[in-house]
Amino acid sequence: MQLIACPWCGPREEVEFSYGGQAHVPYPDAPGELSDEEWAHYVFFRDNPKGRFAERWNHSAGCRRWFNAIRDTATYRFERVYRLDDARPVTS
Amino acid sequence: MAELLRTHPLEAWSTAFADLPGTVAVTAEPFVATVDVRLGTVDAAVSAALGVGLPTAPNTWVPAGSGRAVWLGPDEWLLTSTDETPEELEARVRSAVLPFGGSATDVSAQRIGLRLTGARVRDVLATGCSIDLHPRVFGRGSSAQTTLGQAGVVLLGLSDTGDDVAVLVRSSFAGYLADWLLDAALEFTHDS
Repeated sequence: MQLIACPWCGPREEVEFSYGGQAHVPYPDAPGELSDEEWAHYVFFRDNPKGRFAERWNHSAGCRRWFNAIRDTATYRFERVYRLDDARPVTS
Repeated sequence: MAELLRTHPLEAWSTAFADLPGTVAVTAEPFVATVDVRLGTVDAAVSAALGVGLPTAPNTWVPAGSGRAVWLGPDEWLLTSTDETPEELEARVRSAVLPFGGSATDVSAQRIGLRLTGARVRDVLATGCSIDLHPRVFGRGSSAQTTLGQAGVVLLGLSDTGDDVAVLVRSSFAGYLADWLLDAALEFTHDS
């Protein structure tokens, strides 16, 4: 089974984690001024790259903390995990 | 109206546990008062108010008076006590952490404890748990929140020889976990 390195608990089995979708999707600065189409884009539209993808993960069976990870969607390889208050790492 | 008696969730398994050999002994621990503490930062003032230094290293626990202080997250701990009622413990911990912006909630009814002792304990746990429980990395003072079988548990290392582990499990999963442990221990019950 694939191991995912929780920033707090260290490497744990994949089944202990749950997926939280794309990371770094900012809440709109002025939500009251958004059109329906812009709301739909904020709520529903996500990137779907082949390759490195910044994602949110939750260690739900362990420390129950959210963290971010850079994962390759083609190989499932986790390249980096980082805490929510860390900046998005630069990956080549 | 009939009087409702306090019954341990694993009362019905006590005979089965008693039949296990000493190499894989399982005992259900009595009820303990337990409080969930949420607190942003831990410093000397908090430790002085609480009377125990909350562990800040992930996956560790420390003795706290008659009970234990278990790390559950970077801002969350489990405090137990065997000589206070849940109400007393909650009130004491709450008044200690409130000035620091923390909170305390009585969760005594949430989990029950199982004590696993014996030379084959690690073998039994390894059949349903991926955590490395070798005493070199999981000695006294270690803890782990993980799954055992299909149940979420907190494992506490109680000895440096790897033959004494406490398992905290949610009360509603206790029966399942007891059945699972008896099944996992079956292959180790005839080798002594």
